[in-house]
Amino acid sequence: MIGRTRFAFTVLCFGYAFLYLPIALVIVYSFNASRLVTVWAGFSLHWWEALFHNEAMLAAAWLSLRVALASATLAALLGLAAGYVLARIPRFFGRALFGSLVIAPMVMPEVVMGISMLLLFVGAERFLGGPGRGFLSIVISHTTFSLAFVAIVVQARLADFDRSLEEAAMDLGAGPWTTFRTITLPLIAPALVSGWLLAFTLSLDDLIMTQFVAGADTQTLPMKVYSSVRLGVDPQINVLATIIVGVAATALVISGRLARRR
Amino acid sequence: MRSVIALPFLWLIVFFLLPFALVLAIALGTNAPDSAPPVTLGLSLANFQLLFSDDLYLAAWLSSLRIAAVSTLGCLLLGYPMAYAIARAAPERRPLLLMLVVLPFWTSFLIRIYAWMGLLSQNGILNQFLRWTGLVDQPGTILGTEWAVHIGIVYAYLPFMVLPLYATLEKLDGGLLEAAADLGAKPIAAFFTITLPLSLPGVVAGCLLVFIPAVGEFVIPDLLGGTSTLMIGKVLWDEFFTNGDWPLASAVAICLLVLLVGPIALFQRQQAKSLERAQ
Repeated sequence: MIGRTRFAFTVLCFGYAFLYLPIALVIVYSFNASRLVTVWAGFSLHWWEALFHNEAMLAAAWLSLRVALASATLAALLGLAAGYVLARIPRFFGRALFGSLVIAPMVMPEVVMGISMLLLFVGAERFLGGPGRGFLSIVISHTTFSLAFVAIVVQARLADFDRSLEEAAMDLGAGPWTTFRTITLPLIAPALVSGWLLAFTLSLDDLIMTQFVAGADTQTLPMKVYSSVRLGVDPQINVLATIIVGVAATALVISGRLARRR
Repeated sequence: MRSVIALPFLWLIVFFLLPFALVLAIALGTNAPDSAPPVTLGLSLANFQLLFSDDLYLAAWLSSLRIAAVSTLGCLLLGYPMAYAIARAAPERRPLLLMLVVLPFWTSFLIRIYAWMGLLSQNGILNQFLRWTGLVDQPGTILGTEWAVHIGIVYAYLPFMVLPLYATLEKLDGGLLEAAADLGAKPIAAFFTITLPLSLPGVVAGCLLVFIPAVGEFVIPDLLGGTSTLMIGKVLWDEFFTNGDWPLASAVAICLLVLLVGPIALFQRQQAKSLERAQ
């Protein structure tokens, strides 16, 4: 028994070291005085200052935040509807197609989705005159890709909980909308929140689809990071990484606390 | 009720299904570099013929499949023991252990790959460490080789492997293992006859969740691989952004889809089955 515990302990230590050492090193080197990311030359906040004066990077971050807010909210609404349909409406015309369409974006290679989305927007511009390539096209493609994740989370939650609560409300004379608003929605709210957060993160992080559908003068944060990283390591990216990891860790700790309280 | 179905349905038809029809239409067209968009519509199979006759594309398919398969195996070999250890940990510790696996996923994908660029480069920390231990005296380069691509894929997709594995291993009835032990089975025998077969759905789901995106991966081979690392996602990207050949890039996309139709259908069927079981 002791042997097995030790094995589990070793496995977990190795696994977590593999996951966290690279991130830890990136964070440490964001405080490096040297430009080289491989040589430690003493503690400095130089790169932090540089990042906060990097107007192009800040503008890209602001655009990414707005895109993520818009697409996560849209994806949460559409994903809520899709998840509800999958869990509660067993039969309608095109049910099988609907089921496949909801899940497919989750596993579709991003390069394929990127090129298909781009062709759609080019076609729409040609024949309908809009909406062009930029903020709106990015929001639409992010929504399409992340609504699947919200739908799956919502559906799983709906499949889990006691349907008799909904049935009782209906028996007592509540209409479908009232039942949904007073019973179903509060029960799936946590799933909806985590779905929204997932959609937000996916949007904030997306490079490939965005690169395809963004116009010539739109640049999101991942696009900016990618173009700078391609040229080699850059300490400002280390600073950005430190901020992102900090925000993600804080958000996870808070959501963990909230979940425990519930 | 109708609009609850219609809204997401229409959205997916217009923004997901229709675009694929467009990709197919463009793939049958020809490249027209001087017009905007650079395509002449038509019904020619020339793009597909090129893809099947040029050795470069064939090599890219094969090496994409190989790299994805090897990386998936690597993910499984690392992810399975981790998922197993988490599932066997004290119940109050499991949420924290699981959260630690998922946390990197909530940070930026691009930045996690960037982290390895500094680690694997010639003067990178890994090489410095290897020289310090005396294991090697000539620093080799890992960055720019297929090894770096494997490491990157395993690193980036590990949570997708651990989560479905954990979900099946956690539900495993410990009584079965006790019964096996009582009947004289050694722990190893019990693992191969009970634990592994029962966790097979998790293995399949995890492998598909890693393999499918890995085949079409672009960022990892682009940043960690070298010029010799051929992957189909990179070919598509270069045809589109570097050569501006939209029809050929579309044809590559169609072929990539055809290649992945099997694994994707398998994944969907499994997903539907596990949801039925839940309901």
